[in-house]
Amino acid sequence: MPRIPAPWTIKRELLIKSESETDPNFGCKPEERPYPDLIRYGVINLDKPPGPSSHEIVAWVRRILGVKHAGHGGTLEA
Amino acid sequence: MSGVLPIALEEATKTIQVLLESGKEYVCIMRLHSDVPEDHLKEVLMEFEGKIYQRPPARASVKRRVRVRRVYYIDLLEIEGRDVLLRIGCQAGTYVRKICHDIGEVLGCGAHMQELRRTRSGPFTEDEKSVTLHDIVYLYGRWQETGDLEYLRRFILPMEETLKLIPKIYVRDSAVDALCHGAHLTAPGVVSLEAGINKGSMVALLTLKGEAISLATATATTKEILQMNHGIVAINNRVLMPRGTYPKMWRTRQKRP
Repeated sequence: MPRIPAPWTIKRELLIKSESETDPNFGCKPEERPYPDLIRYGVINLDKPPGPSSHEIVAWVRRILGVKHAGHGGTLEA
Repeated sequence: MSGVLPIALEEATKTIQVLLESGKEYVCIMRLHSDVPEDHLKEVLMEFEGKIYQRPPARASVKRRVRVRRVYYIDLLEIEGRDVLLRIGCQAGTYVRKICHDIGEVLGCGAHMQELRRTRSGPFTEDEKSVTLHDIVYLYGRWQETGDLEYLRRFILPMEETLKLIPKIYVRDSAVDALCHGAHLTAPGVVSLEAGINKGSMVALLTLKGEAISLATATATTKEILQMNHGIVAINNRVLMPRGTYPKMWRTRQKRP
């Protein structure tokens, strides 16, 4: 079987089409988002413990942080 | 089972589709049902790399028809008696439990998955940014006590992290608000872009500050986009940024009397 490269091993070169600058008065760098946007536009890289279901874990996180919506990326089935 | 489970909050839940479709990596213990020579095991493991045909197991959440899945690699980490420690990188929707079972079938002796841990989900891995539930409770509590946002930033990452593995197009400020209103991206709005974009590729549209604007489908290749002076280059699928974050720069046709 021919090997298929894993998506995380692919390096993508950035190509410039035109020059432009961004106005510091609007928006902000993702890592500098103020509260509460940093939660509203946030993700958690959780190390799930064995036992409770992915669904239960998300419900806990929702309650701990007091957020309305939360969802997980791919069930880790029991 | 344990391991990497990314959780998106509030508005960031719009990016979950990207994670559901992205590759995963697992470490698992496969228990063989009789002794197998190491050389033979290695040969059989190689057969399960590349494109494989897989029927989802009985207890599955999808329809049980044979599907083609991509297995990027199977690394043999350790053997202890009949227990085999494997690291498997695979496409979303690949059942590792089934791979173990099928390896057993090919070996002729049978095998089953004894334990499973996910070590990667798309761009997220076990690293200094991953946290346990205990960490979350502690850090959130510290933030409530001190008001120091650094405690939140220690475990809440920007949703842009989710988009790390998909190709990106960077957009000039003047085009951002139109995109937030659902407009498609046209060639003059493009400042830079990554190599390897094809027609139909999912792309992330970002501002020059690196903020996610939307998820889109490219309608031209990287090469074509670089040469285009006008015309649509990507169609919006999911807008992530709220309207009005950047100023409105487009003209509206005057209302008829």
